[in-house]
Amino acid sequence: MSNRSDVLAPKLSRHLLTISDLSREGAIHILDTADELARVSDAPIKKLPTLRGRTVVNLFYEDSTRTRISFEAAAKRLSADVINFSAKGSSVSKGESLKDTALTLQSMGADAVILRHSASGAAHRLAQWTDGVVINAGDGTHEHPTQALLDAFTLRKHLKGALGEDLSGVRIAIVGDILHSRVARSNVLLLSLLGAHITLVAPPTLLPVGVHDWPVEISYDFDEAIGECDAVMMLRLQMERMKSAFFPSAREYSRLYGLDRERMKKSKKNPLILHPGPINRGLEISADCADDVDSVILEQVANGVSVRMAVLYLLLGGSHE
Amino acid sequence: MAIKAVLSSADIDRALMRISHEIVEKNRGSDEILLLGIPTRGTYLAERIGIAMGKAMGKSSSEPIPVGTLDITLHRDDLRSKPPRALTPTRIPGESIDGKRVVLVDDVLYSGRTIRAALDALGELGRPALVQLAVLVDRGHRELPIRADYVGKNLPTSHDEVVRVSIAEVDGEDFVAIVGANQNE
Repeated sequence: MSNRSDVLAPKLSRHLLTISDLSREGAIHILDTADELARVSDAPIKKLPTLRGRTVVNLFYEDSTRTRISFEAAAKRLSADVINFSAKGSSVSKGESLKDTALTLQSMGADAVILRHSASGAAHRLAQWTDGVVINAGDGTHEHPTQALLDAFTLRKHLKGALGEDLSGVRIAIVGDILHSRVARSNVLLLSLLGAHITLVAPPTLLPVGVHDWPVEISYDFDEAIGECDAVMMLRLQMERMKSAFFPSAREYSRLYGLDRERMKKSKKNPLILHPGPINRGLEISADCADDVDSVILEQVANGVSVRMAVLYLLLGGSHE
Repeated sequence: MAIKAVLSSADIDRALMRISHEIVEKNRGSDEILLLGIPTRGTYLAERIGIAMGKAMGKSSSEPIPVGTLDITLHRDDLRSKPPRALTPTRIPGESIDGKRVVLVDDVLYSGRTIRAALDALGELGRPALVQLAVLVDRGHRELPIRADYVGKNLPTSHDEVVRVSIAEVDGEDFVAIVGANQNE
């Protein structure tokens, strides 16, 4: 085996903290790897020995259903040992800091830490303190790289299809609470890196300062924006992060920026419907749209496992010396 | 550094033709045969053997011998010694490998570790009736109790030599050569 010609994967950075660390080639390679690993989810035996003996810690300071379970399933399908940590019921309530918690986990032999934290930049700080690999699973309103990767994977699968392809020529509208959305930030970086055309649709109060410098088009009119797009990505209204009034009423928001059947009729291309979840049915998206045939919301969840397997394999599956 | 060609293009054709006939003979013309090549070069060798077997069995082109490819990267035992490797596609023709007579095809049989990984990868996909192994070159130095059922050429080598298999689909031309000590491709 030693003299087999080995094709090495394009070099990635040691951690996955932000999409801006990825090259276009590296991002496409993650998607291609996920495509191969998706096969495992269809196999009779959903298990590979690849990460046997590695320990992965899910360090979650914020609530999560999808991301945590998805990472756990991905790590287990690759035979890694998984330790789940949630801040509730741990020594965090006794006042233990992120640094001390991380160092404790490291002494227990964690090879990778998957961090979800309410503070933007938490994953960056953690990466400076630990020797292991750090994967950002959402930090405040900053980034959520694996969500963007699974969204790109889902879009590519439906709109392009082949391995090695990017998303050039694809038009995507990202709609809703851009201001508080780490999903939107990671997606803007990744989808534009892959050549997609992005339109952000939101009321002016829910757009961040400096958004005009992003590689996107801005629209305040969903009816107009939906016309040409191949996919719409609806974002959840993050009420838990809203400390002041951003729009007059939920009903008005829903009428102007929610997705429903009437609005879908205004599109020319029957766009794919994406949503990172959890869904507020009847607020940003109507129930019949969420369950529509063009909705790929549940497929996004399934693809999330494949994409996270790819990330774990590429960051933990070899030596980085 | 010395490069010594040991098989020419015509030698490779003859070896693959003989292997094809041996597979047909040993399996008594069974319809349950499935060829699985190990990337990169094993995949193309499997395709060539599949075509030759089809001719040997007098099959029409509408029902060729099924040929697939089996990536073993995720089952390797030396993953941690190098940076992450790129995955190659696995394609399994038909519904599943259950009950099939699987013939693994690779270019060089050396330590046997690749084949061990391939057997593990097969186990994840199903339960074949039996598994056989066809290789173009057997260069010896086994590190595991594995042997080939069909061998194109037995090639005694020393550990510090490198056997280079070049095939038209990947490298532009067909030949097998022994590259002298301490020279990597």
